Amino acid sequence: MVMGELSQETEVLVIGGGPGGYAAAFRAADLGLEVTLVDTAPRPGGVCLYRGCIPSKTFLHLAELVLDAAAAAGRGIRFGAPRIDPEGLRRWKAQVIEKMAEGLTALARRRNVQLIQGRAEFESSASVLLHDAEIRRLRFRHAVIATGSRPIAPPGVEFRPGGRIMSSTGALALADIPESLLVIGGGYVGLELGMVYAAFGSRVTLVERQERILAGVDGDLARPLFERLRGLFAAMHFRTRVVELVEEEESVRARLSGESGEIEERFSRALVAVGRRPATEGLGLEKTGVERDERGFIRVDARMATAEPRIRAVGDAVGGLMLAHKASAEGKVAAEAIAGKPAQFDARAVPAVVYTDPQVAWCGLTEEEARRLGIEVQVTRFPWRFSGRAVTLGASEGLTKLIVEPGTGRILGLGVCGRHAEGLIAEGVLAVEMGALAEDLAAILHPHPTLSETEGEAAELFFGNAVHLLGKTPSPAR
Amino acid sequence: MIREFKLPDLGEGVHEGEILSVRIAAGQAVREGEILLEVETDKAAVEIPSPFTGTVIEVRVRPGQTVHVGEVLVTVETGEASPEDKPAPAAAAEKSPPEPAAPSAPPGEPRRGPVPASPATRRLARELGVDLSRVPGSGPAGLVTAEDVRAFAARIPSAASPAAAAQPSAAPASPAVEEADALPDFSRWGPVERIPFRSLRRATARRMTLSWSRIPHVTSLEMIDVTRLEAFRKKHKGPVEALGGRLTLTVFALKAAATVLKGHPRINASLDEAAGEIVLKKHYHLGVAVNTEEGLVVPVVRHVDDKSLKEIAVELKGLIERAHARKLTREELQGGTFTLTNAGALGGWSFTPIIHYPQAAILGLGEARLEPVVISEGGRPRLAARLRMPAVLSIDHRLLDGADAVGFLRAFRRMLEDPDELLLSLV
Repeated sequence: MVMGELSQETEVLVIGGGPGGYAAAFRAADLGLEVTLVDTAPRPGGVCLYRGCIPSKTFLHLAELVLDAAAAAGRGIRFGAPRIDPEGLRRWKAQVIEKMAEGLTALARRRNVQLIQGRAEFESSASVLLHDAEIRRLRFRHAVIATGSRPIAPPGVEFRPGGRIMSSTGALALADIPESLLVIGGGYVGLELGMVYAAFGSRVTLVERQERILAGVDGDLARPLFERLRGLFAAMHFRTRVVELVEEEESVRARLSGESGEIEERFSRALVAVGRRPATEGLGLEKTGVERDERGFIRVDARMATAEPRIRAVGDAVGGLMLAHKASAEGKVAAEAIAGKPAQFDARAVPAVVYTDPQVAWCGLTEEEARRLGIEVQVTRFPWRFSGRAVTLGASEGLTKLIVEPGTGRILGLGVCGRHAEGLIAEGVLAVEMGALAEDLAAILHPHPTLSETEGEAAELFFGNAVHLLGKTPSPAR
Repeated sequence: MIREFKLPDLGEGVHEGEILSVRIAAGQAVREGEILLEVETDKAAVEIPSPFTGTVIEVRVRPGQTVHVGEVLVTVETGEASPEDKPAPAAAAEKSPPEPAAPSAPPGEPRRGPVPASPATRRLARELGVDLSRVPGSGPAGLVTAEDVRAFAARIPSAASPAAAAQPSAAPASPAVEEADALPDFSRWGPVERIPFRSLRRATARRMTLSWSRIPHVTSLEMIDVTRLEAFRKKHKGPVEALGGRLTLTVFALKAAATVLKGHPRINASLDEAAGEIVLKKHYHLGVAVNTEEGLVVPVVRHVDDKSLKEIAVELKGLIERAHARKLTREELQGGTFTLTNAGALGGWSFTPIIHYPQAAILGLGEARLEPVVISEGGRPRLAARLRMPAVLSIDHRLLDGADAVGFLRAFRRMLEDPDELLLSLV
């Protein structure tokens, strides 16, 4: 048969091999369905593995080492100045990715999930055309769209491979350690990568249109990180817009306009991290009944079904918190729904983690969200300066806070700023999802000395005093 | 005491019936075993005897009315003392099972906002079709536990109907993931190879399982003498070939089947269980099973009744070629009302085909072989060598009976045995 003429049938077609797509594919295969996974990359993993979570966390760990080594000088251990070797960093990153990609590929193979490299485009609600693939057409009984998202490029800006104006993809390629870096966007991507480059020696300037970093995250959780960045970044401009961004031979020229007037400055490189938009164009969705909202996100119900009954969608492509673990959970729901199980995405505590140092993590209801929605809550805060473990780590700037339902004491949300917040948040997720009460969290034993004690003590504060902190609110009657 | 007489379970999956006649009236004395009513179900008409002796108090049904199993038909005063009159608390207690101790609060108004319950409890509620917001929580500060959900589901049967819980995917029926015992490790007994079970093979498996588990099949066999037909076929083969067709026995069989189907509307039909209706199809689109390298596909020849043998021969050849090249369109595989499967081409003789769900019947043909046959000539039997072909018809016994199958096969046989008859019946 002629190449490009081949067509195939599959029971479940998953488009996109990121965490949403491969979770859907693997779960569907585990439920006995026959699955084909199509991705433009040769192996599963998606943005998360190749250009997102995994490479950024690889670098962030090393950045933290550099910063810790510097901090140790004031605590009795002095290291020499670090020598940053970009080629060594790239090699290590590649090794990490390779290991994960191999693992995912083996998992797919062992589940009999057929992997096809190519770009899928719907030609009807029952088949897709494959571009740049050995198979031309795939007919499916069910499809799961998990095509993810792409970095937003502001008008007039183009991300060229190797260009000085970079998206997160370019920044993670780590072409060099630029002398100076302009970071546009004070969200988690800009802060994480800004911190990596600052730790590796770049002079980092942050520009943010809002009045502070991590807009949308409770202000008290962002505060310790802000204090830290003040010492780490060369400058931070808030309520400031980039009105012009031009790539020149040896630099990027930026004109910034903000409260303090206009500044024109040249940087070795610029990182644009102003958000991501769904990758739902060019998919041929107009040939199906799938509906999108005005921003391009695919509309789905709690069972991840689109307006087209045979097609489901998950992850960044459907919006909400654009996080890998949310995508995975949705992928599993989609697969279970296809298999006829009564699955539903009903998570009450989707955790989010910002991997800066200090880290910021939260789950469930936030204080600002409660205020916006008019939900009455009681908030308890346990500052880490009262935690023995935090002080030993030199991490006493941290904060643990609980969002509690006043009448019942039920835990609705948890927020942490500080070292290892990524692990601490899990207790909050469990508490919120299980319907635990502050009393539960206060009653269980937290090992001493650990940072997890801050969670128990924040819960104790709901009743007045914590062991290591006298509360300001009187004890409610119990 | 007054006893209620309810429509008993009539067995064989019969859930309802129509009252044909009422043999008794209020005030009349009846004896146990005396016929009260006559009910027609979709299986048969049955006379229903009284289980009591006494006086009929009330007749709650009238002829023409449809009644369901468990519905009260007649009340009878038996003259016995009622259990309520007896000082037998044990008997009374039997009647109403004890209320679960907790939760005691009756299901009230739905709560607002997220109901405190663990993810596992929430999943259980979905599985049992329970609206979590209506379940009283027995845990701390109103936490709904798994036990609360189970207790609630047990008390409100309608809420717990599995049908409500399943929320079947809106997409075409999802494959049922059957729970079967895990397979043994076959390699313990010798080398094995595992190959993927996918695409067409899997689709065939699903369709056949669906058909075999839903449809009670009955298969009838008929032998057809195709000696004359084969001679006729050979004579006209050449011209049809010149037109780009292939005049095979299948072509004749298709034409004959479509013609016979017109006189047997219930065979060209589907049972719509959900609607409680039989769908009689006034179009004759016949599928032909084609064995390809990839597996079985069933392209459909549309409007067989309106087409000439030549047209069918040309169209079928094209469909079969496209089937082997895997170039059939989805449309060419859809809309069949009846299916023909010819094992004869592969040298197969008799078999029992499985109906192509949701059709009502499938016709199978075997290889025509020369056989010694006793034929009658001028009233004198003699032995002759005749070309005979087995034809089998599997029917959906919910819609059809053996008599329908025999009738179809007889008419089909007559047509194929006498090509003139076949040609004459063509419009």
